Amino acid sequence: MNALELCGLEKAFGGLRVTADVNLSVEPGERRLIIGPNGAGKTTLFNLITGEVPADAGSILLFEQNITLVPCRQRAHLGLARTYQIITLFPRETLLRNVTLSLLGLSRLRWNPLVRLDRQSALLAAAWQTLSRVGLDRLAERPLAQTAYGERRRVEIAMALAQNPKVLLLDEPFAGLSSDERRDVQFLLAAIPREVTIVMIEHDMDVALDFAERITVLHFGKIEVEGTRSEVVAHPRTKDIYLGQ
Amino acid sequence: MKRLALALALAALATLPLWVGNSYYVDVASQILLYAIFALGLNVLVGYAGLVSLGHAGLFGIAAYAGALVINNGASHFVAIVAALAVTLAAAGAFAVLALRGTGLGFVMITVAIGQIVWGLAYRWISITNGDNGVAINTRPRPFGLSLTSAPNFYWATLIVFLCALAAIAIVAASPFGASLRGTRDQPRRMTALGYHIWLIRFLAFLFSGLWSGVAGMLFLYYNQFISPQAVALGASAEVLLMVISGGSGTLLGPIVGAALVVIMKNVVSAYIVRWNFVLGAIFVAIVIFMPEGIVPGSVRLAGWCLAKLRPRVTEVTGAATPRPERGL
Amino acid sequence: MNLWLILSGNSIAFGGLLFLLSAGFSLIFGLMRIPNLTHGSLFMLGAYFAVSLTSWGLGFWPAAILAGLGVAAFGGLVERLLLRRLPGAELAQVLVTLGLSFMIADVCLLGWGGDPISIATPPELRGVSRIAGFAFPTYRLGVIIIAVVFAALLWGLLDKTRLGAMIRAGVDDPEIARVVGIRVSRLFTIVFSLGAGLAGFAGVIGGPILSVYPGLDQDMLPLALVVVILGGSGSLVGSFTGSFVVGFLYNFGQAMFPELAYVVLFLPMLVILVLRPRGLFGRVMP
Repeated sequence: MNALELCGLEKAFGGLRVTADVNLSVEPGERRLIIGPNGAGKTTLFNLITGEVPADAGSILLFEQNITLVPCRQRAHLGLARTYQIITLFPRETLLRNVTLSLLGLSRLRWNPLVRLDRQSALLAAAWQTLSRVGLDRLAERPLAQTAYGERRRVEIAMALAQNPKVLLLDEPFAGLSSDERRDVQFLLAAIPREVTIVMIEHDMDVALDFAERITVLHFGKIEVEGTRSEVVAHPRTKDIYLGQ
Repeated sequence: MKRLALALALAALATLPLWVGNSYYVDVASQILLYAIFALGLNVLVGYAGLVSLGHAGLFGIAAYAGALVINNGASHFVAIVAALAVTLAAAGAFAVLALRGTGLGFVMITVAIGQIVWGLAYRWISITNGDNGVAINTRPRPFGLSLTSAPNFYWATLIVFLCALAAIAIVAASPFGASLRGTRDQPRRMTALGYHIWLIRFLAFLFSGLWSGVAGMLFLYYNQFISPQAVALGASAEVLLMVISGGSGTLLGPIVGAALVVIMKNVVSAYIVRWNFVLGAIFVAIVIFMPEGIVPGSVRLAGWCLAKLRPRVTEVTGAATPRPERGL
Repeated sequence: MNLWLILSGNSIAFGGLLFLLSAGFSLIFGLMRIPNLTHGSLFMLGAYFAVSLTSWGLGFWPAAILAGLGVAAFGGLVERLLLRRLPGAELAQVLVTLGLSFMIADVCLLGWGGDPISIATPPELRGVSRIAGFAFPTYRLGVIIIAVVFAALLWGLLDKTRLGAMIRAGVDDPEIARVVGIRVSRLFTIVFSLGAGLAGFAGVIGGPILSVYPGLDQDMLPLALVVVILGGSGSLVGSFTGSFVVGFLYNFGQAMFPELAYVVLFLPMLVILVLRPRGLFGRVMP
């Protein structure tokens, strides 16, 4: 059974066809990389998978369950998590509170108006643990607005990891990072167990190619090339797409 | 330190009628407290949910009118209060369903429309609301047999209700639900992807906010022993919003300070100049342009700026890397 | 039967007036994304300007045009001096318009007193006309014609001129409009002035029918809001349709359920919001 399967996925904004008949299958535990020039529709694809944008046609299957019509907020409960290309965290809150919010999203506790959030020891312990996974536990009490960009990128990943997802979507996790920071994130991602299937969008070829087992190349919303790392790198169409026509 | 300040404040409030001689000022204090409840309630929506409502006077008025009508039909005060709050909650639910069809400014616009319609009904549905003449009630409640006709007694009753409101809102603010609510204000899209039900969270917050508007409305009714359409007009919604933003939204102290400021100003201005509306409008414009975060945070910022200017300059050693220029945060 | 016809005629006339009022509101909301809460006050201000102008001997029509221009100029000042200080902060801009509406209302009270003042119907349009055997106030016919003329002018502006194209682009997608080189901030001033001027002019046109009184602003603002919510914002067709729907609802409501006229107004707004929040012809999501 496939972890994630997209069948005939279509999305158009007005006259612009952003996702054109996309068929994709990702096996459990796989490390899939999605690349393509700017405007290829990669982030839109993620938005369709998470349900933030409704698909025009086609279907999305998560471990053989059809989630095409499942509302976005429920897909998190089914084991889907993502990070964002543009950092969308809670700037007024501490790192600990940011991750706690992620954990709360899947917990019944989120509806409780009576208890103190600060006293929920189990929840806070889990948040600490997630932060140490990404190496940020020493900064847990710091407000997000007072952290460096590289640290925020890791918080983005922590938010997604906190929910123990089965399928993790990473949208340009290396964007704007220094080489040291890139190395940190690389280690982080390598340490993620095989129970988690990872699909990553990236521009940074050096780091991304290292990570990828299979690669899908997207161009103008269509899948142009797909295969193992070596297959895709050697494919003439890949060079065409990147060097332009 | 904070606990000491809190204890002192509580002591001062509890003994207020004893050290404020004039019953007029005790009455003003009662007004401040009841409007503080109204403002704290609105702040749940404006400050915590990030949804600005300009129609909350509608809920305030619905409670007061419902209460007045039930009382004048012979029911006890207890029944009147329960009925008024029940009607207000139902109305809040209806308002919420409509207003939440819009986002951002659409939400504001719909609340203005709803508020104006409630005002129009209060003004024109003469057979029920008596129109411009308003509805009067003859008595105040007698909890446990104690009379509330004197200014100090009414003040103490209002203080108790205020403390309950403050406690309730503080508890919700510190709870997981409160954190979820603030999350929907800051990053609604991410919250949805994290598994939260944004619409339902906002709907419940609207109900909670409406409840306190209703409580304030009933206190207003008992204070004046009278309710008229003026309490439901756009000006009334604007006043309570001003209380929230002038004090500083998103905190507990802000709306209380804001309520005190606006009530005192209104009493002072109305005594000397008849043009309260002009002053209200001018303050709105001034605060929005010059101190948008509100007087409490704004003053804190101003004080910090002054202190920084006064501190002797020390050459700084650049430490860790400064955060890279950020897009999208 | 007579009653229905008269009511219908009045409704159409009132709808025409509402169109003049709400077209500007709809454009401002569509382009600048702010519900202009001063709109009712601008309507009232225009009427009061005309009261003074006519009392100084000016004829109705010159007074109407001058008052409209005066309010347009005022609107332009408001946009340049106040709203432009808060670029992108739409909520703040709305609150400024709210504060201003109170200030304008009080100034009008100070300047023109608390009694209702009526504006005399222009002599050319006094009396009744006979249409298909029915007598109908000529002035109200005039209002309908003026509304249609303005609708045509506005449509021409939006559809045929470069300015109109820029406005439409700004309504559809302000970000891209900026990127393409449209001076969106200057457009804001123009549209706000235009909207204000239309409201002020509408106030004068409405004068012989509604007269001017403190509280006129509070009466007209919710009507403009409901028109825009029903018809959809940013759309001329929406304002046009919405105005006549509201005109009918309000007049028939007043006649049949005088106490519940506002409920009659409220219910269709409710239905539209639940079924189609964009409004009948809206281009901008509320």
